[in-house]
Amino acid sequence: MLLQVKNLSKHFAGLAAVDDVSLQVREGEILAIVGPNGAGKSVLFGLISGLLRPTSGQIYLQGEEITGLKPHLIARKGIGRTFQTTALFDQLRVLDNLAIGYRLCTSGGFWSTLSHSHRWEEDKNRTTAKVMEALHFVGLAEKAFHFVPTLSQAEQKRLSIGIALISQPKMILLDEPTSALILEDTEQITDLIKKIYRVRGITVCLIEHKMRMVMDLAQRIIVLNFGRVIAEGTPEEISKNPEVIEAYLGGEYVA
Amino acid sequence: MAAIKFLRKKWFYVLLLVLALALPFLITNRYHFQIVIMGCLFSISTLGLNLILGYTGQASLAHAGFFGIGAYGVALMAKSGISFWLALPLSALLTALIGFLIGLPTLRTRGSYFAIVTLCFGVIVSIVAGNWIDLTGGYTGVVGIPLPNPLSIPLAGEINFQSLVAQYYLVLAFLLFTLLVMHRLVYSLLGLSFMAIRNNEVLAGAVGINPFAGKILSFVVANFFAGLAGGIYASLMGSISPSTASFELTFSWLVYLLLGGVATLAGPILGAFAIPVLMEYLQSLVEYRLIIFGALLIAVIIYFPRGLMGGFSTLEERVRAFYGRRRGAKSAVAG
Amino acid sequence: MLPATPADGKCMHLFLQQVFNGVMLGSTYAIVALGLTLVFGILNVPNFAHGHLYMLGAYVSFFLMTLYGFGFWTALIASMVILALVGILIERVVYRPLRDKPHINSFISAVGALMILETSVIVFWGPQGRRIPNPYPGTVELLGITMTYQRLLVIMAAIVLIALLQIFIKKTTPGTTIEAVAQNREGAMLVGVNVNWVSSLTFAISTATAAAAACLVAPIFMISPTMGALLGMKAFVIVILGGLGSIPGAILGGYILGLLEAIGGGYLSAAYKDVYAFGALILILSIRPTGLFGREVS
Repeated sequence: MLLQVKNLSKHFAGLAAVDDVSLQVREGEILAIVGPNGAGKSVLFGLISGLLRPTSGQIYLQGEEITGLKPHLIARKGIGRTFQTTALFDQLRVLDNLAIGYRLCTSGGFWSTLSHSHRWEEDKNRTTAKVMEALHFVGLAEKAFHFVPTLSQAEQKRLSIGIALISQPKMILLDEPTSALILEDTEQITDLIKKIYRVRGITVCLIEHKMRMVMDLAQRIIVLNFGRVIAEGTPEEISKNPEVIEAYLGGEYVA
Repeated sequence: MAAIKFLRKKWFYVLLLVLALALPFLITNRYHFQIVIMGCLFSISTLGLNLILGYTGQASLAHAGFFGIGAYGVALMAKSGISFWLALPLSALLTALIGFLIGLPTLRTRGSYFAIVTLCFGVIVSIVAGNWIDLTGGYTGVVGIPLPNPLSIPLAGEINFQSLVAQYYLVLAFLLFTLLVMHRLVYSLLGLSFMAIRNNEVLAGAVGINPFAGKILSFVVANFFAGLAGGIYASLMGSISPSTASFELTFSWLVYLLLGGVATLAGPILGAFAIPVLMEYLQSLVEYRLIIFGALLIAVIIYFPRGLMGGFSTLEERVRAFYGRRRGAKSAVAG
Repeated sequence: MLPATPADGKCMHLFLQQVFNGVMLGSTYAIVALGLTLVFGILNVPNFAHGHLYMLGAYVSFFLMTLYGFGFWTALIASMVILALVGILIERVVYRPLRDKPHINSFISAVGALMILETSVIVFWGPQGRRIPNPYPGTVELLGITMTYQRLLVIMAAIVLIALLQIFIKKTTPGTTIEAVAQNREGAMLVGVNVNWVSSLTFAISTATAAAAACLVAPIFMISPTMGALLGMKAFVIVILGGLGSIPGAILGGYILGLLEAIGGGYLSAAYKDVYAFGALILILSIRPTGLFGREVS
């Protein structure tokens, strides 16, 4: 069991965005978290990644408690993430973005940078190699020196996934990785996600609205509504669950 | 793009260096020479400001305050007999330490609060300098600060710093040192992490960078160089007063930085030289200097937030983006 | 400042005198901090030029009184109107174009504006201090405290102004809108509030009240181009400690600071009185980075 969430709650001025949620993420699986808008999915990611402090409850990564740690410490423990509104370093180039993503794996600080020490040299070489690798993995090798605003929406999404992956985290949280993308690009991202798990062995936990994609991709699905878990199971089980169908009011989010 | 490309070539900078070294033989007018020396000195402080503000994106408005601390540090130490060559690093380190102490409580908070605190701190430094009469001599300041002690170089005899030429080479040496340090810092993963903090602090945290640590580091280093410049200023000028730490100075450096180009290494130097020189030519406007600066600052931050040098790279980006999109469109059409 | 009375047997009088001065000082701080906190709550960035706008208010009334022979009250009203317009101009030119950019850009723009204001005043009127004739000379003795009419006026006018502002904020539509935007900008925008005119209006009120405070206080102290910088700085300290967008915080903080300064300045070192506020700020921020009553920054 990679990640365990126990009785997690987050209240905003009296409103419970996440209400007593308990779940597990197993190592090596692709878990999808779905639910109507406002169900608390992104807030849940925020709590796990340290951006938000829980009102109550605990989070454990491989048995170690990480509740309430600052985001950069949680990243260092091995949780990577993307954001719903694509977050990139848009004043910099593609390879800069990836290099920054790899920074936590380098150890050189102020003095080694100043003296161009051995460690600095090593860091630089390793980073260059990893960046090259990541560029190829997400298919942005040709755009390495381009500035982020020149990339298309799909390319930006791929880059944000690349940034989250490059440090080889144990688990990656993808918050709506295909929002605002057309079908062709969505399939591209789906293939990329399958590759993440297959090639890198990184556990994937994703939030998605496109049910067809989720059914195809996920091995397990957790459904949230009003901040609570209302169902959990395989795609088969979920699609037949009456509560789930009711939560979506009979409509589907067609991919 | 040819015009921009030459800025990337090594030989251009070698040429600049040669020019800088040969400068005393090219400029004989004493007054002009002093302007050049000031330009070098303020380049050092502006490069410092560039690190915390340009690269890390934090609005430190106390820069002249730290310059003042460095100046008073050297002034008081040198007057009590300590050699300039010991007083200067000590003073710069003291300045960095004070910066650290101020930064600790305030860089943890929102950027607006940091800006306010640094603004206030600059004013406080002036007030303390003016009122702590026993230590600083009050508003009349400190006078009679000795020049840097003569340096003895093996086989070459002694260099003393009474001539402007020697002072120029001294300042130039420190400027080159500053440039070396800045170059190594910003063209590195560390420099990238500063820019990450500036660009998107939340994302920087999400990828494992500690934003607070990055901000503190760049703030302390920036203040070290402010103190360094202040210390040299005190020794060369011979006298300082609380107005050495005035906000007017911070403001001027802000203008040099913004106009010259933020987050570049050439920008601060360009600004620190070009603008005072320009002002020399516009002597009639000296009274209105700060009004013009103020208006320029507003205009530049709204329309050219990256300044002159930054403008070049923005231009390059835009051109590339244009060509990139055309190629993309073409391939989409071709199928 | 009135000379301190001798310590023997008159400690109480000295103390009360300082309290009176503190209340007067606090009134000024409260008004200035109030305007600042409203704007800070709306814009989300501090208006660094606030102190300098206060200073300009004093100079405008000085100008009108000496050159055009305006009476004290006419000059005050005129100054409020003129500064309201200047405030709207500043919002439009200095802040609005940078609304969606990183905050640091607004800081820099504001610094440019503040320099323009300060230097313009120096160019027109010189760097030295000026005196505004005191319209209400004369004093009254109460409880052994000597109160000048002018100082009493400041206190009373401040109370009136603050009360009027409270009524405006709580009871009128524009006022409640301003408060709503100050407390939750995104929410207000979702409901369809036009943030542009709210910003302009808030700025106008903020600068007009600052001008009023400046005009009231000007006959007591001298006016100088740098009088705004220090005051602005203290207003920021008050606003951070009292909570952004919180009117009670600004008012309470203003009076507390005024009293602290008067009492501290009277009994401890007068020269360093300005440093106390700053020291308090650093201390509080070390313990509570969001300020005393601050909101959690998301």
